[in-house]
Amino acid sequence: MIEASTTGFVAQCYELYQIPSLGSLVKTKDQSLELYGIVYNAATTSLEPGRRPIARGKEEKTEEGIYQTSPQLLKLLKSEFGAVVVGHKQDKKLYHYLPPTPARIHSFVYLCSPEEVKEFSQSFDFLNILLNARLPVSTEELISACIRQMSQAYEDRHAFLVAAGKELAILLSGNLNQLKAILGGIKP
Amino acid sequence: MTENQRLGIVVSGSLGKGVEVRLDSSASVEDMVVGRFVTIEGQKRRFFGMITDVSLGVTDPSLTVVPPDVSDPFIAEVIAGTSTFGTLHVSPSLVISGDVASMLEGPQPVKTIPSHFSEVRLASQRDVELVFGTEDEKRFFIGTPLDMETKVCLNLEELVKRSNGVFGKSGTGKTFLTRLLLIGMLQKGTAVNLVFDMHSEYGWESRDERGRRVKALKQLFSSQVAVFTLDEESSRRRKVSTDFVVRIGYDEIEPEDIALLRQTLNLTELAVEAVYQLSGRFGKSWLQDTVNLKGTEELPEGLNIHEGSLQNLQRGLATIGRLPFLVSDAPDNAVKRILEYLDRGINVILEFGRYTDITAYILVANLLTRRIHARYREGMERAIGEATAPPRPLVITIEEAHRFLNPEVASQTIFGTIAREMRKYNVTLLVVDQRPSGIDSEVMSQMGTKITCLLDDERDIDSVLTGVPNKSELKSVLSKLESKQQALIFGHAVPMPVVVRTREYGSAQSYKDFIPKEVEKDIEKLWE
Repeated sequence: MIEASTTGFVAQCYELYQIPSLGSLVKTKDQSLELYGIVYNAATTSLEPGRRPIARGKEEKTEEGIYQTSPQLLKLLKSEFGAVVVGHKQDKKLYHYLPPTPARIHSFVYLCSPEEVKEFSQSFDFLNILLNARLPVSTEELISACIRQMSQAYEDRHAFLVAAGKELAILLSGNLNQLKAILGGIKP
Repeated sequence: MTENQRLGIVVSGSLGKGVEVRLDSSASVEDMVVGRFVTIEGQKRRFFGMITDVSLGVTDPSLTVVPPDVSDPFIAEVIAGTSTFGTLHVSPSLVISGDVASMLEGPQPVKTIPSHFSEVRLASQRDVELVFGTEDEKRFFIGTPLDMETKVCLNLEELVKRSNGVFGKSGTGKTFLTRLLLIGMLQKGTAVNLVFDMHSEYGWESRDERGRRVKALKQLFSSQVAVFTLDEESSRRRKVSTDFVVRIGYDEIEPEDIALLRQTLNLTELAVEAVYQLSGRFGKSWLQDTVNLKGTEELPEGLNIHEGSLQNLQRGLATIGRLPFLVSDAPDNAVKRILEYLDRGINVILEFGRYTDITAYILVANLLTRRIHARYREGMERAIGEATAPPRPLVITIEEAHRFLNPEVASQTIFGTIAREMRKYNVTLLVVDQRPSGIDSEVMSQMGTKITCLLDDERDIDSVLTGVPNKSELKSVLSKLESKQQALIFGHAVPMPVVVRTREYGSAQSYKDFIPKEVEKDIEKLWE
């Protein structure tokens, strides 16, 4: 965790390119509080803001070769991802709304297991937070990615997708185009 | 659909217009049919009602302009029940409060509506039993609600207290319904019946539309039913065991009978006026004397009848005179005989045989009923004066009722009087008709219970539903009835309007069900 606010946090990966997929559910622990977030953005950039990487590998046959011949690259680049906070767990109880305090810097961020995803997605209340969040990626893209990701935790994917679709149809009853875009993204 | 299935929730409504129910996504709008029974679980009370309309709704009007791609099953499944949904219009008619006292009282008419978002379910068998009761000494099983097996029972004791009507287009099952009602009255012994059987189908067996033989009352309840006939020959050919052949003497016809036939005989007002003058002068033999007149010059002195009127009248009377059951000297008094049977509690069915002509029907029905009614009136008055038992309740069944009860003659005929004065003299009517709009609205509004099969003429529907609260809702139910075996019942004998699939009639088992167990043995051979 390298940046935290009430509505979201940014984490840096220990290994380059070990980024969780867009829309996956991640969590971070902070004493008694467990925060859940949905990955909405990821980036791999140079460690130093002013120094851009230069094109390499003209002589190499494979991409892997570049990293083999210049192993320092792995140390000069970093992978980061941002997550929007969609809920928290306090005293073993799940709440699908924002936690009282943001996460702390340097706390560890984990990818949630399928069981945790199932537990969290029993309620679709988090969709409303995603719909209203102002994010650099389009909300439709993020929501459909998130639902696709979550559905993988279920044996009956179809039922989950339909249930999520219905919830969205209610939330987006006044915005048909947005609904259409999301449904287009999640249909099996 | 399973019993007691949740359908949706109440979203709006009013007592006057009924409530709107938004369907759950699990309930398909296509499974909802008007006329079905539902229960609404309010916070304190339970409501019973009937679906009277089904409609479609969308949350976003643009959906109707740019419909989503429903060829994709996923999209179709998602938007069903969310963006697009079905709504039901339910008119609650009965209510049960939760407390013990009101549980004992049973369902009461509604005076309020369920609160917002009350749950709506399909009515269960128990609910229907609670509302319509179970078959007992007073209640007769008439049919089952739509898509259910429960019995809907009519309270016959209440039924016979008022005049009732059976309506429906030709071929929708009026005769079957009437037969059922008559059987019910016979079975429960709530009243004796006098049936003017125009098409000879209530007494002895006839054929239904599919050509199946259907037994009738005399065959099922031989000891309680007497068949009288006007047409001995026809009855003999159909192998009907008749009890009495009705002959009517010319002297029994009174001026009032002619007045009623004015339209059918095409008589002028003046001609009818002349009848009264002539009968006043000639006395009992006026009919024959009038027919025998050669012209106005033969008129007794003091009678001022115009030539044209006399000719008009003579032509009309000649039509009557040609009716074979009219004789100059009747051997036996038909009215007396009928009353004898009725007094003994035996139901009388008068077959018309070949004389299905409306003139004969009106003449005979009116003539007999007027006298029987007069006798009942005397009996009733005596009963009041001397504190003796009043005569048995009598139900007179007439077909083609609009001929007797149309606005022009309803005030003159005895049937109009009976329909209006109801049960004061223990005589009520069972009116069978296919053109209820032809019946005087005053008479229609006095009817206790109306049982109606499919009607599609706007005026007929309006006239059947006169005096009914939430008329427009029943209207949509009525016009959507199936053309066979379905009827809407509302009024005095049922706690709330109900659409029934009429009880089966015509199979061996159905006959068996009508007969009380003790007598079953004696007539077992009937269905062998």
